[in-house]
Amino acid sequence: MTDSLIFIGRSLRHSVRSVDALLTAIFLPVGIMLMFVYVFGGAIDTSGRYVDYVVPGIIVLCVGFGSAGTAVAVAMDMTNGVIDRFRTLPISSAAVLTGHVAASVARNVVSALLVLGVALLAGFRPTTEPLNWLAAAGILLAVMVAISWIAASFGLLVKNVEAANAITFVAAFAPYVSSAFVVPDTMPDGLAWVAENQPVTPIADTLRALMLDTPVGNDWILALAWCAAGIVIGRTAAAYLFRRR
Amino acid sequence: MAYTIEARGLRKAFGDTRVLDGLDLQVQRGEVFALLGPNGAGKTTTVRILSTLLAPDHGTARVAGHDVVREAKAVRSAISLTAQEAAVDGLLTGAENLRMMARLRRVKDKRRVDALLEQFDLTDAANRRVETYSGGMRRRLDLAMSLIAHPQVIFLDEPTTGLDPRSRNAVWDAVKALADGGTTILLTTQYLEEADRLADRIAVLAQGQIAALGTADELKARIGRETVELFFDDEETANAATAVLGGLKLPVDGAEDVRRILDDLADRGLPATRIALHKPTLDEVFLALT
Repeated sequence: MTDSLIFIGRSLRHSVRSVDALLTAIFLPVGIMLMFVYVFGGAIDTSGRYVDYVVPGIIVLCVGFGSAGTAVAVAMDMTNGVIDRFRTLPISSAAVLTGHVAASVARNVVSALLVLGVALLAGFRPTTEPLNWLAAAGILLAVMVAISWIAASFGLLVKNVEAANAITFVAAFAPYVSSAFVVPDTMPDGLAWVAENQPVTPIADTLRALMLDTPVGNDWILALAWCAAGIVIGRTAAAYLFRRR
Repeated sequence: MAYTIEARGLRKAFGDTRVLDGLDLQVQRGEVFALLGPNGAGKTTTVRILSTLLAPDHGTARVAGHDVVREAKAVRSAISLTAQEAAVDGLLTGAENLRMMARLRRVKDKRRVDALLEQFDLTDAANRRVETYSGGMRRRLDLAMSLIAHPQVIFLDEPTTGLDPRSRNAVWDAVKALADGGTTILLTTQYLEEADRLADRIAVLAQGQIAALGTADELKARIGRETVELFFDDEETANAATAVLGGLKLPVDGAEDVRRILDDLADRGLPATRIALHKPTLDEVFLALT
């Protein structure tokens, strides 16, 4: 536990000191949100105010962007000699990764709050029901932990910084083929099927329903199941890959 | 007796490349042991196996009384590794790096960090990020991080490769101080001078096996005798002596040999004014053995 805290402190210091990565992780999602609300939003019909529709999806997108930073940070650690020093310490091997994941979640929380703040200025009018917000925060946290573990295992897998960056493409494009920005019904059949069956859709739908106080249905179960699967797979893969190297 | 480092029949291959081919090693407690060999001889692989980073394909190794594969955690409590590449965190400052290691190693003494910064001449740079350090500074910090918890066994993988003389001397001084304090040290090096200066015993590694083992003097003795070099007052005498002896650097076997040569020259009216005795260098040993 002590070791995990030490590594969380280390990764947080890294986050704050990698200024360019931090700015990308925080301001890119804000930029994308403004673009969707003001540039594309007028042309997209979602039966309701588009800003209300899109903000929950943007927050998921920004978690995805954040994951790229995590994959890169892990890959950088692995290519640096310092990891051999950690691996010859009598500590749990998971502590280093726990540090990365915790810092990743912390960065995600900051950028999600920032997106939310700017969204409110841009006309986002969510519910003020505290229980809904608590539930939304819970689901978002689960999403962040899941994506962070998957990103960490990806960083361990690819072994180099450039390749680690490639996860940005998956993380940045997956939300587009989902219900995050447009209603899947408007897509061609094949794409709509993908959109309806991939994790971003139930997650974005659940967040949207909670934030706007509309009926949630069973989507939240699916959303949490995806998160749980992501955490289990990401953690297991990361632990295996870390030991293998 | 129980050795602090003991390896038996270590084999390791990466794909088709056989790196270690039945390596045996015994290092006594408090000994400074050098693994000497060219690039690709298997030095780093040996160190990585002994420091629990790599499992051997065959063979066993025990360090500080524990098996490196089955009791890796116990081994890690006793050892410290300074790998070839400086294992420092570039985004942290020097002091932060040391403090992190102190906490991970559960070192309670708060003054230890400052003492190490001082010892390795890093006090002025303590609060600068390590990414701004020179290669020599990184290396010194690296070593300081390895020493934070007074490990029983230290592995140093080519500790001075690529260092400027000042940093190299700092590393050498630190190794000597550790050896005096009773730490068991296994170091690898390509530099024969380094092995000669630091190590109690040297193993010459070639093709994944120990090609020769002994003290520096023993290894030198295995290949060679000393050479006497003769000097004369003027070139004329020197040329005459060369004609008689066939050269001015002659292999000799003890003082009697030297006197015989000098007497012979004096009898011919070609007295040498000065002589120098050369021991064979480890470089010569190295080339002869591998």
